[in-house]
Amino acid sequence: MSVDYEALKKDRAQEWRENLRKSIPAKERTQVERVKMPENEPLKRNKNFNEVNKGLSEEQAIIEAKRCLDCPTPTCISGCPVNIDIPGFIKQIEKGDFLESAKVLKDTNALPAVCGRVCPQENQCELQCIYNKMKKPSVAIGHLERFASDYERNTGKISIPEVLKSNNIKIAVIGSGPSGLTFAGEMCKLGYEVTIFEALHEFGGVLVYGIPEFRLPKKIVRAEINSLEKMGVKFVKNFIVGRSAGLDELKDQGFQGFFVGSGAGLPRFMNVPGENLVNIYSSNEYLTRVNLMKAYKFPEYDTPIIKAKRVAVIGGGNTAMDSVRTAKRLGADRGAIIIYRRSEQEMPARIEEVHHAKEEGIEFLILTNPVEYIGDSEGKVKQIKVQKMELGKPDESGRRRPQPIPGSEYLIDIDIVVVGIGTSPNPLIPQTIKGIDVTRWGTLVVNEETMQTSIPYIFAGGDIVRGGATVILAMGDGTKAAESAHKYFINK
Amino acid sequence: MYKVIEKTILSENVAKLIIENKTIAKNRKPGQFVIIKMGEIGERIPLTIADADPEKGTITIIVQKVGTSSHKLFNLNAGDHISDLVGPLGQPTEVEKVGTVIAAGGGVGVAPLYPIAKAFKEAGNKLITILAARTKDLIILENEMKEFSDEFMIMTDDGSYGKKGLITAGIEEIINREKVDMVICLGPAIMMKFIALLTRKHNIHTIASLNTIMVDGTGMCGACRVTVGGKTKFVCVDGPEFNAHEVDFDEMLKRLNAYKKEEETSYSKYLKDLK
Repeated sequence: MSVDYEALKKDRAQEWRENLRKSIPAKERTQVERVKMPENEPLKRNKNFNEVNKGLSEEQAIIEAKRCLDCPTPTCISGCPVNIDIPGFIKQIEKGDFLESAKVLKDTNALPAVCGRVCPQENQCELQCIYNKMKKPSVAIGHLERFASDYERNTGKISIPEVLKSNNIKIAVIGSGPSGLTFAGEMCKLGYEVTIFEALHEFGGVLVYGIPEFRLPKKIVRAEINSLEKMGVKFVKNFIVGRSAGLDELKDQGFQGFFVGSGAGLPRFMNVPGENLVNIYSSNEYLTRVNLMKAYKFPEYDTPIIKAKRVAVIGGGNTAMDSVRTAKRLGADRGAIIIYRRSEQEMPARIEEVHHAKEEGIEFLILTNPVEYIGDSEGKVKQIKVQKMELGKPDESGRRRPQPIPGSEYLIDIDIVVVGIGTSPNPLIPQTIKGIDVTRWGTLVVNEETMQTSIPYIFAGGDIVRGGATVILAMGDGTKAAESAHKYFINK
Repeated sequence: MYKVIEKTILSENVAKLIIENKTIAKNRKPGQFVIIKMGEIGERIPLTIADADPEKGTITIIVQKVGTSSHKLFNLNAGDHISDLVGPLGQPTEVEKVGTVIAAGGGVGVAPLYPIAKAFKEAGNKLITILAARTKDLIILENEMKEFSDEFMIMTDDGSYGKKGLITAGIEEIINREKVDMVICLGPAIMMKFIALLTRKHNIHTIASLNTIMVDGTGMCGACRVTVGGKTKFVCVDGPEFNAHEVDFDEMLKRLNAYKKEEETSYSKYLKDLK
């Protein structure tokens, strides 16, 4: 999506914005220290599923908002996949108009309360912030985004974006994860009749089955979905496109356009001996049981999860961090360990997640890789044989390739293993849409500019295209796809 | 919400439920299953579709109460609602004309066997049906299966009905008597394991439909994984039917017991709360 710099300039030139800028000299603004997110105490929070970050107070938010210099050419926006008017929403906070600030966020972002929590801002908007050039910590854009959207939700005065009159074009969205929700919101605003089909019994995709309560409370996802419902998006659950009904059947029902946001639902395993032993989970299963099925409340809830004292999680991404911190909360007090084959520097997880994990007592076994799982007589895993690794020359990802050190194998006693090394695209859609182009990795082929697949009326985004990325990149895809789908229907 | 249209008690612990769901009724094929979840606290459990009526928009499932979720389902009555029902899931049975086919079903495994056996008969095969259970009361769908079978046999462990003995004895009797081209088996994993051992000895192609632990049922979690021919397969998307001679039943049996303790905890709590 392109940034409309002209419109931004006009907004910036408004009298109140100018007065606000002049009220405090830039130099004074840059002297203010970056706010610190209030957090629950590590050794208490690692025993419950309450949210770790508490959110900024009104005072903290206003002070932080003052740090933003309201640059004439705001570079931060170029770092945001959905191009939020960042200075625009921050200056509303400085002014004290928090509800208006939330409105600005919602202009381009259907899920601000989610993004304010799970976006890797340090690699996106905050990385582009002018403060980096001054060798100072950037404005806490993510914390402020969270603040404004939480404020709006907590006051109950939730603004619903304006929706154009219906154009009677029916659009089906496959999957209710971040890309599908974003696409649906944007299309709805433009007057399309949008229906989202979800395979599971709850809406939100990875936001509800994958990301734990302590990082993203489910009630926040539900509130954002309620807003979309109020805008007019229809939600159908327990419906698997390609199984419950095929694409042709939906076309017969009048759907003219489709967006595939079915995610990367297939867990990867390492294919090492013993990987199918009892108590070896994929991170998808472990997290789905706990988050979606609420197994942490077993037996109050019916879905069980094995609670164990010693848990090893294989992998170094955000999902691995979510899994290991979940294990700790479920009582892994004799060891909740990350086993990762490269060094900490190469870990794909967000710095904040690694930092939080360490505070909570997670152990990191880096440059180590499992080579075999050993079970007891009941077929339950009891030990992992691991091998030490060293870093060689960089591989195609630019990271130094880990190589095994011969003869370095040793055994670790363990009760549960969670394999969190990534996922592959869900094969259901590529298998059931005749003639759609698929890459050799199983992802859908799209035109990167338009997010259009090889079938012109089918658009796609998120992990079914990317293979395994972030919430905000999926949302960016949804925005881009909506823009081009709209063009497609106008020119049709 | 999906309405229970009709309930029939088949035996002390087994009930047949006819449930409203137009899309599944229309699109399901033999061998496929659904996932059911009952209420906010319910778990997701897989159940094979026993029958469907596309005109009425209903599907039939048969449930045996063995734990919390199956007991909850068993306790439903006509007019009650199921909060979540999704399907049809899994690969449909590959039905073909091969000659003589034995359909072997144990316990409530007979329910999902019913549409598969029927399809094989309709494809022009000679169909020999063998139903087995611990005791007479646990034999289900006897008349329904008899109706389209060329030959029909019942085996009970205690001899209270039909012949006394295990299902493998019945199968072996037929194999020794005439040429059998294929065996389809459905029932407890331990039963399917021994059928597979028997038919491997006689080199008869055998299909087993596996009922493993599942969570989402769409390939997302991998709880249902089994080793087939040395490779990891997901029952929910690659199955539920596999070449029985390639299935690692010992591994599957262990994985089925993964939550034994938790299941007992949950069930005793449920029974206590019922009172």
